[in-house]
Amino acid sequence: MSTTTARSGGTRTAALRSGSRPRRHYGTHIFLTVMAVMWLIPLGWSLFTALRPVASTNEHGYFSVAGDFNFDNFTQAWTQGGFATYFMNSLIITVPAVLLTLFLASLMAFAVSRVSWKFNITLLIMFTAGNLLPPQVLAAPLFEMAKHFEVPYSFSDSGNMLNTYIVVIAVNIAVQMGFCTFVLSNYMKALSSDLTEAALVDGAGIWRQYREIILPLCRPAFAALGTLQIIFIYNEYFWPLLFIQSGNRLPITTAINNLQGQFLNNYNLLAAGAVITVIPTLVIYLLLQRQFVAGLTLGSSKG
Amino acid sequence: MSSTARELIPEESREPEGAPVHRVKSGRVRRLSGRDKMVLALMVGIPTLIELTLVWLPMLMSVGLSFTRWNGLDLGDIRPAGVANYQYISQDYPPFWPAVQHNMLWLLFLALIATPLGLLLAVLLDQNIRGSKIYQSIFFAPVMLSLALIGIIWQLFYQRDNGLLNFLLGTAGTPQAVDWFGDSSVNIWAAMIAATWRHAGYVMLLYLAGLKGVDPTLKEAAAIDGANAVQTFFRVVFPAMRPINIVIVVITIIESLRAFDVVYVINRGTNGLEMLSALVIQNLVGEGQVIGVGSALAVVLLVISLVPIVFYLSRTFGKENKA
Repeated sequence: MSTTTARSGGTRTAALRSGSRPRRHYGTHIFLTVMAVMWLIPLGWSLFTALRPVASTNEHGYFSVAGDFNFDNFTQAWTQGGFATYFMNSLIITVPAVLLTLFLASLMAFAVSRVSWKFNITLLIMFTAGNLLPPQVLAAPLFEMAKHFEVPYSFSDSGNMLNTYIVVIAVNIAVQMGFCTFVLSNYMKALSSDLTEAALVDGAGIWRQYREIILPLCRPAFAALGTLQIIFIYNEYFWPLLFIQSGNRLPITTAINNLQGQFLNNYNLLAAGAVITVIPTLVIYLLLQRQFVAGLTLGSSKG
Repeated sequence: MSSTARELIPEESREPEGAPVHRVKSGRVRRLSGRDKMVLALMVGIPTLIELTLVWLPMLMSVGLSFTRWNGLDLGDIRPAGVANYQYISQDYPPFWPAVQHNMLWLLFLALIATPLGLLLAVLLDQNIRGSKIYQSIFFAPVMLSLALIGIIWQLFYQRDNGLLNFLLGTAGTPQAVDWFGDSSVNIWAAMIAATWRHAGYVMLLYLAGLKGVDPTLKEAAAIDGANAVQTFFRVVFPAMRPINIVIVVITIIESLRAFDVVYVINRGTNGLEMLSALVIQNLVGEGQVIGVGSALAVVLLVISLVPIVFYLSRTFGKENKA
């Protein structure tokens, strides 16, 4: 699935297979089809329920195909649930968090992979370990730090860092940076050292080596990691839950929890809300699946 | 892992395989100008400062706070408490031991059911069968979803009166209908199945990459020696995927310690779904904020997590240290 491995592996296996006797995979297909159907049921059921107006399900029951199918639940959920606000909040948090994470991680990765000095491995271990911790271990001190970090009311209406996007962005950066640094440093280590040697001879300083030689070569890694980080941070449930108290500042992933209360017992609306939330990830998945998969296998260290 | 990274790099800019990584480097440091040193200090300093203040300092503070009594209001009210919080959680805090058991159960379930299922899917899909890409996309789709959303989607499937599962079992609308997420005797199993839906796809993906990386001549050699498919897999292919196996072991353990989002969405981690991570949060946000108790729980979680983390780091960085 990772593009390059698939290419080289594919031709080899194909060559192998043409030589051996043809094998039938009926058993395998039956098993995989059964599993695939089971895998699709939860999402399929949500979609099915979402497409039926509550009047039809009340009349015919949920387990029927009678009655209307339309998008009324989606429009109603969108307006009643305040999805526009939540999506906006997700955007406000995700975009700066992803960009800054990649930028800071690339600085760090460059320093530990292209320049040799004493604490390289120690720093790398420190960054990677931070990424693997359960976030709840850090919750109490981070919450108290945000609460006791006083800022002017003109800056934050809570008078401290609680209930601000900045603290959510900062903590997301801190926990994701470890993983990105690890992946990028592996990537940069695999770049030929002749590249920077040549630049060094031309008198290029560290910054120019980073900016003009290494960064452009890291584009594939940035694409893969960027896609992965968009999904990770968009899907992040816990940090906004901890730091943000006003419901209208929550990003969508954390806000869907409140829909259960809001759409009390209207499962059609709840299903529509769930489907709406899935759509952005599904779009990214369909457009950038290759990047996402490359990102996951590139590091394989994400816990 | 680093081999995957290599393959994304265009051939001409790749470091030749096996080249001594630290070749000219000791010389280079001496050639750095004053300005270069400044730039490097900032490049390392800013990310390190963020990592220290927002990850490592809080981690140490968790340990510190676990030995105190504090309501979270005034910093001056922090009182030393010795090991009282640990005594309290292990002896007088009813949800603690159930939570430990549930975390263990979650780990066993992922390790014995979800992970092998992902491996099985990967092995089946690796044999170039027709429609392999479609199957892969289907099994992988839940990996893109947040665990919080997975909780909601499965709630629709599991509900007592209008859920699909009770309908399929023929119990919908009868007194035998089960509220799969609400009934404390079954909800942990229902939640673990929902988590498996995501975990198996993730494991499948990593093993698919791992299987592609196994040298096909190994399989040929085994076949020539008369090994059947099963023997070839367990004796040759599986051991050859050692680096991926380590990653999978670590991911499985860490996911089971992190099982928070799903249970918190369902019922905030109560009534049969007690988990260590959820208990930490219950003690931090509830009415009477008991930071000391919450921190003691966090430290228990931390100590358990350190086992797989240290294992993983020593595997990953141990080699480089020696080189």
